[in-house]
Formats: sequence, C-alpha cells, structure tokens
Amino acid sequence: MTTSAPKTDTTSLPAEGGFIGSGQEGGVLDQVRAYFQRLRHGDMGALPAIGGLIALVILFSILSQVMLGQQYFLTERNFANLMTQAASLVMLAMALTLTILLGEIDLSAGVTSGVAISTFVVLTKPDGIAMNWMLALTLALAVGVVIGAFIGFFVAFVRIPSFVVTLGLFIGLQGVTLILLGDGGVFRIQVPEILAIQNSNMPVWAGWVMLGIMLVVSFATSMWDRRRRARAGVPNRTIALVWIKLAVIAGVGGFVVAVLSSNRSSSVKVIEGVPIILPIVLVILWLGTFMLDRTKFGRYIYAIGGNAEAARRSGVKVVAIRWCAFILGSTLAVLSGVFSASKVGSVNAGFGTDIVLSGVAAAVVGGVSLFGGRGRLLHAAIGALVIAVIANGLGLLNLPAGVNYIVTGGVLVLAATVDAVSRVRAGGTILRT
Amino acid sequence: MDAPLIELSGVVKSFGPVNVLKGVNLKAYAGKVTALVGDNGAGKSTLIKGLAGVQPYDGGEVRFEGKVVHLHTPRDASQLGIEVVYQDLALCDNLDIVQNMFLGREEVRGITFDEGQMEREASETLRSLSVRTVKSVRQKVSSLSGGQRQTVAIARSVLKKSKLVVLDEPTAALGVAQTEQVLNLVRTLAAQGVAVIIISHNLQDVFQVADYINVLYLGTMVASIPTDQTTSDDVVGYITGSKTYDGASA
Repeated sequence: MTTSAPKTDTTSLPAEGGFIGSGQEGGVLDQVRAYFQRLRHGDMGALPAIGGLIALVILFSILSQVMLGQQYFLTERNFANLMTQAASLVMLAMALTLTILLGEIDLSAGVTSGVAISTFVVLTKPDGIAMNWMLALTLALAVGVVIGAFIGFFVAFVRIPSFVVTLGLFIGLQGVTLILLGDGGVFRIQVPEILAIQNSNMPVWAGWVMLGIMLVVSFATSMWDRRRRARAGVPNRTIALVWIKLAVIAGVGGFVVAVLSSNRSSSVKVIEGVPIILPIVLVILWLGTFMLDRTKFGRYIYAIGGNAEAARRSGVKVVAIRWCAFILGSTLAVLSGVFSASKVGSVNAGFGTDIVLSGVAAAVVGGVSLFGGRGRLLHAAIGALVIAVIANGLGLLNLPAGVNYIVTGGVLVLAATVDAVSRVRAGGTILRT
Repeated sequence: MDAPLIELSGVVKSFGPVNVLKGVNLKAYAGKVTALVGDNGAGKSTLIKGLAGVQPYDGGEVRFEGKVVHLHTPRDASQLGIEVVYQDLALCDNLDIVQNMFLGREEVRGITFDEGQMEREASETLRSLSVRTVKSVRQKVSSLSGGQRQTVAIARSVLKKSKLVVLDEPTAALGVAQTEQVLNLVRTLAAQGVAVIIISHNLQDVFQVADYINVLYLGTMVASIPTDQTTSDDVVGYITGSKTYDGASA
C-alpha cells in the first residue's frame, strides 16, 4: 500500500504543459476539446451509428406521413414493437462482438441458438418429456456452452481459422436442428414463461423504478471510480461530466419509459408499461460491459484482438481466453435465440440461419472492427437498433422485402466506408490490424 | 571489479544438426550497458531467447547474482527480474500506454482493475526515465511515433523494478532525433542501477552508449572488451572474422 499517496481532491487539475497527463485534466471545455481530437484521430465510436439511427427515424416518420398519409412509424405502439423486434438481434450482435473483438468470427452463432431452442422445444413438449422449463432452459444454455467449447477447441488449440470451423458448424448444426425437430413443420413454444419474455410488459411503476436503478448504478460506479483515482493521486475528470452523463440517461431513459408507459392499445384492452425484455437486455449489456472494461478477461480479449503475440509474451493465457470467449459467445447467442423464439412463438428447422449475418452487420454498423480489438457492446447494440429500424420502417411502408435487404446492405457498406474514411483522414490506413 | 549480475558460461544451443551457440560466455554488470554485436546468423537472437526463457539453452551455466539459475520459461526469467524488449516491440496498438505497460500484470482489487494505481505507477516510471515526449498516459499506442513506442516498451520493462533489461535492436527503425532519445533512455536506465544488454547493428550507437562490447561470431564469443579500449574498425574486424581478438576477456 502506498500511504504517501495524496488524498486531496484531484478533480479538475490544470492541464499543465510538458507534464505527462492522463487526458483527464482541465474543465468541461478541455474535455470537449479532447473528445473532438479523438474524433479527428478516427476514434468515432458509435457516433456514425447514432447519427444514422436518428436520420433513419426522421426519414421513416416523414416517409410514413407522405407515402401512407398517416403516422405509423412514430407511434407508441411501434416504438414498443421495435424494442421487441430488435431484442434478439441486439443480443446476437453483443454475443458476436465477444469473438469479433478477438479478430475471430462465429458464423454458427445463429444455428447454435437453433439447436439449443430445438432442444428446449423437444424437452418441454407437453405430450413428450414435459420437462420443467427452467431445467430445460438451463440445458439449452448448456448446449450453447458445449458448442462454444467445441468451436473454441478447434480455434484456440488446433488454430484452424474460426471462419472455417464455424462455417462447418453452420452447415452441420442445421442438420442437428432438422433431426431434433423431425422433417418439416413448425413447433409452437408452449411455455408461458418463455413467451412472456417478449410479449409481456412490466407495471408502469416498475419502468420508473428501473430508470431509478440505472441512475443510481451509474452514479455509484462513477463515484467509485473517482474515489479510487483520487486515492491513487491521479487526476479526475471534472465532476460536471458525471452530471451530464446522468442527465443524458435521465433524459433519454425518461423519454423511453414515458412513451412506453402510455396506453398503446388500439382496442379496449390496455397495453402499457416497459416490455420486460428491455431490463433483461440492459442487465446483460451492463454485465458484459463491466466484464470487458474492468476485468482481466475483458482486457485480454482486447489485447489478443490488438496483438495476440504481444499478449502471449506478456504472459496472457491466449488459448484459454480465446476458448472462454467462444463459450461465452455461443451461450449468449442461445439467449438471442430464446428471445427470437419468444417473439415468434414457434421454432422451425431453419431457425437461426438468416440472423447471423445481420448480427455481424449490426456489430460492424455499430463500429466494432472485424480486425479485432476495437468496439464495445453498446456500439454493437446501437448497430443492431439501426438494422432493426430499417426492417421495421420499410415493413411499415409496405415495400417489398427485397428493398429491406438492399437498404440494409447499403447501410452496412456506408457505415464501413465512414469508418475507413475517418481513419484515412486521421493518417491511418484502411486496413487496420 | 564488481561481480557480474549475470554470467553465462559455456552456453550451447543447437537446432537439430546446426550448432548455433558453441559455448558462449557473457557477463553483464548492474549499472552498465553491455552491447552484443555480431553479423546476421551469429546467434544473437538465440542467445537472447535463452535469457528470456523462450528457448531454453541445451547446456552451459547461467549464474544470476552469483547463483546458478535455470531459465526454462518466460516466467522463470521475469521472476528473476529479467525483461526483454523485442525488436518488433510487442505492444497492442488498440490499448493505451498504461494498459500496455501493465498488460499481463494488472493491479486489481477484488476482480476489477485499480486504474488509478496503474496510471500513477505508469506516470512515475515514465517520469523517472525523464520521458518528456508523451503527452498523456491514456493515449492509444496507435497514435504514438516509433520512438515513443520504443520508449513505452522500455518503460514497460522497468515498471516492476527489473534487474536486467535486454534490448533487441532498439534503434533499428528510428530517425536521428528518436534514436538519440532512446539512447539517452538506455543511459538513464543504466544510471538507475539496471544491467542493460543491448543488441545493435549500428556500431555508432554501440560506441555511444555501451560500457562493454561483446562480439559474437558464428556461435562463439570472439571478443569481450571495454568500449574505451577498442575502435570501430577493430570491432568490424571481429564481427566479420577478419581480425582476432587476443586480449583478456573483460
């Protein structure tokens, strides 16, 4: 323990010249200036995705008004719909981000969830095994663990490119789903608890409690970090930034909860409250971000994605980290499948084959680099929202399904271009390693 | 003269039928810079990898602080306080300076990082090496120049009070001003009591910083001389094998 560390307040130290700083000195203006400098260095983060999201929302609300003569897009009901439609993709994009950060890819994430959900359906069929749903869900997650361990073994130990291993599983696991479910047919999910995930709402008061918890947790972690930094005697960012962050959460969160708290039913039956999928996704997002930002496992994922050899020489157990990342990725992918099955209410033999590339696209649109080492879970989630908004908005306009694919593809290329151009302008190269 | 911090005697290493090191002797002293020179294929890298524990020697004796030690894994080496800064630097571009300096040995409390503590130690280490060119310890390594990267890599090696730092071609890809910075850093390092072994092809650099020069020729140490008792021409002669050193071993 260093008892000599100054215990004084280290907020807003002056930004001295010639002194090795930490980029946290100075007031709000200095911080804003530093942020723009990072932007100029090509460190755009999720900014393009957020901009795109806002642009799309404006575009679709105008198009809905102009083409259909009525606002279908910017309504409370569609807002809630969008949330449940996006949940599965958000989850999958986050699951894929874990492996993409390593510079790997998991093409089998979608079909992995297909096998797991099929297992769940077979186990819980009332006229079959009729297993307790919680036990069955645990076994379904275990299927994700096993498949992730299988992929991880070949990728981490045998060092086969993950593209090849997971492409093989992408093909093979579709067969497993087919055999599990038998030929043809659609299998209904008959577990009310699973259906509730995507089809039930929390009481209105619970939505506000949720927002309160988010504010408290955010404030507590910020203050905790500041206390640790002050104890070590290193500068803290000006406290104004904490208030700004809280204000943003309160503003955006308050708006979302308020919209979702109003009655959005078109019939007599009242439909109101935050869909329960929202807190579930937020908790997973928070836990995942905590892991990536604050624990060795997360840091080593970034390090391996940045320079695996450097990580190895620094004593990082590269093989074990890669392996664990694939296991965790596959397990989270199963959750994405659970959300999707809950939304649709049924499972068929082709479950999960379409969604995986959308998941990769979502991560890339959000600013997660396919070369590894760069990106955050929140960015992937925002990217998934962009893709979900496109599907939702175009669907409401009654445009043919083909348009959706074309626009989504265009947005993906556009997002990748914005990223690449910002890097080139910052003096880097397009091919980031 | 003081006892050497590390002393290799009769170290041998072969890959199949090829004898790369044929009984090499090498000494390095605390607070001194020991240069290791030799042409390509002389065995410099093999000698260093043995010190780092990456490729253990087949035979011979390594004495560290007078005691016989065995370097079988990188962990053995780092436990003794031996750190190697590789030519290709081994930094993660996507992480910042603090994260790179602490990679693999992060300060944690419970399960989460103590970022403040790490940041402080990193700044202190950089300051103790009189580094002035880095603006913020939270800069991403990708935004640093070649010289700054080398600085970070060297600072990383002394972060945990290492006793022997091995630098593999630290100035190979640098410009004039940056080379000067790194060489100053090497002197600072030695002044702090660290034993430094520096590998270089650039004899000008070697003569500028080294206290001792060791010449490896085809797997044999053909000369070990204090820098002030030799000339650049002689050293070139030893490296190419056109001259033979017949003085006493330093």
